Amino acid sequence: MNRPNPYLNDHWHVVAGNEAVASGQPFRTVLFDVPIIIQRLADGLRVTAALAPEKPLPVLERYGFIWTSLGTPMPLFEIPEYDEADRRNMNAGSLGVAVSAPRAIENFLDMGHFPYVHTDILGAEPHTEVKEYDVEVSAERGEVLATRCRFFQPRAATSSAGGQEVEYVYRVPHPYCSVLYKSCPSDENRRDVIAIFCQPVGEERIVAHMLQSLIDDVSTITDMRRFQQTIFGQDKPILENQYPKKLPLDPRAETPIRADKSAIAYRRWLSQMGVNYGVIPLVPRVADV
Amino acid sequence: MSELSAAWHPIASSEDLPYRHVFHGQLLGREFAVWRADDGNVNVWENRCLHRGVRLSIGINEGAELKCQYHGWRYANRTAGCTYIPAHPADAPARRITNRTYPVIEFAGLVWSAAGAADAFVEPLQEADWFALRPIPVTATPEMVRDKVVAAAEPGSEPVRLTEFGYSMKLAGGRGEDAAVFIQPVDAGRAVIRALLPETPAQPLATLRHYNALLNALREQIERTAREAPAPEPIEPEYEPVSLELATMPELRLGTRTSIRVRVARKYDAGEGVIGLDLAALEGHLPTFQPGAHIDVHLPNGLVRQYSITNGPGEQLHYGIGVKREPESRGGSSTIAEAVREGDLLAISEPRNNFPLRRDATRTTLIAGGIGITPLLAMAKNLFGSRLEFDFHVFARSQQHLPFADALERFGDHVSPHIGLDAAETGRTLEEIVGSYSFARHLYVCGPAPMLELVRALAARNGWPDEAVHFEYFKNTREIDQSSSFTVELARSALTLEVPAGRTILEVLRENGVEAPSSCEQGACGTCLTKVLEGTPDHQDVYLNETEKQANASMLTCVSRSLSDKLVLDI
Repeated sequence: MNRPNPYLNDHWHVVAGNEAVASGQPFRTVLFDVPIIIQRLADGLRVTAALAPEKPLPVLERYGFIWTSLGTPMPLFEIPEYDEADRRNMNAGSLGVAVSAPRAIENFLDMGHFPYVHTDILGAEPHTEVKEYDVEVSAERGEVLATRCRFFQPRAATSSAGGQEVEYVYRVPHPYCSVLYKSCPSDENRRDVIAIFCQPVGEERIVAHMLQSLIDDVSTITDMRRFQQTIFGQDKPILENQYPKKLPLDPRAETPIRADKSAIAYRRWLSQMGVNYGVIPLVPRVADV
Repeated sequence: MSELSAAWHPIASSEDLPYRHVFHGQLLGREFAVWRADDGNVNVWENRCLHRGVRLSIGINEGAELKCQYHGWRYANRTAGCTYIPAHPADAPARRITNRTYPVIEFAGLVWSAAGAADAFVEPLQEADWFALRPIPVTATPEMVRDKVVAAAEPGSEPVRLTEFGYSMKLAGGRGEDAAVFIQPVDAGRAVIRALLPETPAQPLATLRHYNALLNALREQIERTAREAPAPEPIEPEYEPVSLELATMPELRLGTRTSIRVRVARKYDAGEGVIGLDLAALEGHLPTFQPGAHIDVHLPNGLVRQYSITNGPGEQLHYGIGVKREPESRGGSSTIAEAVREGDLLAISEPRNNFPLRRDATRTTLIAGGIGITPLLAMAKNLFGSRLEFDFHVFARSQQHLPFADALERFGDHVSPHIGLDAAETGRTLEEIVGSYSFARHLYVCGPAPMLELVRALAARNGWPDEAVHFEYFKNTREIDQSSSFTVELARSALTLEVPAGRTILEVLRENGVEAPSSCEQGACGTCLTKVLEGTPDHQDVYLNETEKQANASMLTCVSRSLSDKLVLDI
């Protein structure tokens, strides 16, 4: 069985929403094909591999989710906005998807599919253009950053009434997690935050955990969750019809266009970090060398 | 199983391809998107969009094109070439993005294909009114399914081998017909039994039920045996890498000099003074084109002329063009009028598109003057086919002079002919048509130079931004000033060349062995468009709009020169 390389292994990985684990009820899930058990005990959370119940794994509660690691985790990335007092933070759902984590991240970074997959919500024909945007891989922070991403959206959020050009910033601070910042319909100086944390159950199966941190005094939590779950419910059948399910890192496996700049940067970054799980690694062809 | 990949196997019943459906086919570990276009042609393609790998079997069959569900990329009937990428509506997909296709033959009520380069198709059966039974999927190796099917023959009868995986036989418990039974090898451990009866039975439903029960019993028996052995590993599908050219994101548009032989399939009168030509592929289909594209036609007298393709989406068997008889012809139109006959062979270039149609407009306005209708006809067919909002204004001297009048009829209310107007009336009508600009509208105009100038001036006056006004001149009527001399530096080729007075940049490039695409060579078609990295070009073309000219970021090397001593080009 393919094992994650040390770079991947030494990350925190999300394994459950806080509320999914009740005291006195062991919660079973899988990380990198390893069955694990999460328990809420009197003295806190305990996470163990099902086959090694005596040896606790590291555990962290952050952003409304429970994180663990099969290695020695480096610090979890920061989302400073999460701690702002007036934000409404919520677990927007944890959904199983038969796809690799990197495919799900790429879909999260992609704007071109809005009119086709999220019709009349995040996009609508004929407004299909993906305008030029900027991408960089920040070596110092170890993350991919796409800025100045703009798209015409008929209904960008629960709280928006009509169509508008929405501006996005995307961060990929973790091989399997991405955070997006989008213009906030109720306050033009601030940005709503939506994040996806992918739990790699196996190479071709994930649980996608979603966080929302919104500036919205009007909508109910249920409505805001429902909005995000509607969006992700539209992505799921597309993701499950992608072949191969693992993300190919060979640039010649698929056909990129300018709109895919962020995906190209993401694929290169995964290659550079030697990521080997949920991907088809790049094997140089003799002819190209 | 590699030797099997050259063999033909049934992958679907003809009935699996109803109007505008996409069928998910499987053969030897591969998945196919199988769809019938409105012209009856059956396409068997790899079931994967080249962009992001999404199955095309969940895509949308639009009749002449298949549209991917994920990003709306369109692929043409027959060629599987990509014709439109909605994320970049202003660009023609210049690179040859073509999905992988598989051979296909429809025979005896079944759709046949092969998993690789196929042997010649040999009809395994007599042509007859074959009646397809319900296909039965079986989880067992195709070889085991075949052997068990052969063993299920009526005692005393002898199955006759038709193909490696097909037999003519009487099934035990059947109704006495000589059925044709084919085993479709789906994967290493899966197969489908596809059986045909030699004629439609008197009671079709009862017969279908009878054989369904019979074959399902056989299936259960085979699967019981199959479960005793471990299941074989599924065949790992091989995905061919895309070409190196497609793997990067070039902004460079590659012109190509490839010449294609075509046959003049039809030469006809397409209106007063206009000759219509259908140029057909000698074999199979012609390369994928997009609306607005043109081809170079090499004429028997050695001249090369550019003509727009008038075809609708997915019409790939011939290119339709229109040629105006010019009284003062330089030899192009008169050669076509006099020397070119039906059945003649001509050489043409691959289609190039320097006049691409955006499909992200809320409303598109097309304005054609005379023979300028040709590229707009292709656009109108596309917009009409995709049910997009458009109006199509056609100016002609008289009803008889209206080119392609038959083709216009189908557009109904979208078309407004403007017949026999004088200059003043034309001006007033154009003013009305252009009107004021509103968000996401686009205007396309092609016709005589004075008409184009007027439309562009009206549009500018009415607040239309340059990027919403698209035009194509027939020819550049400006007098070209060739008196300057200057230096050209080629950034990527690390070459410095002197361009003397009287010679074009393009000529100097070619003399020095630099391959450069070109077509009209008079600053009208845009094929030689080149990025300018430094220096100020002296624009003398009619292809770039004012904003583009002022940006000095690109130029046409066939006519434009330099105002600065040196130009640095991205070549």
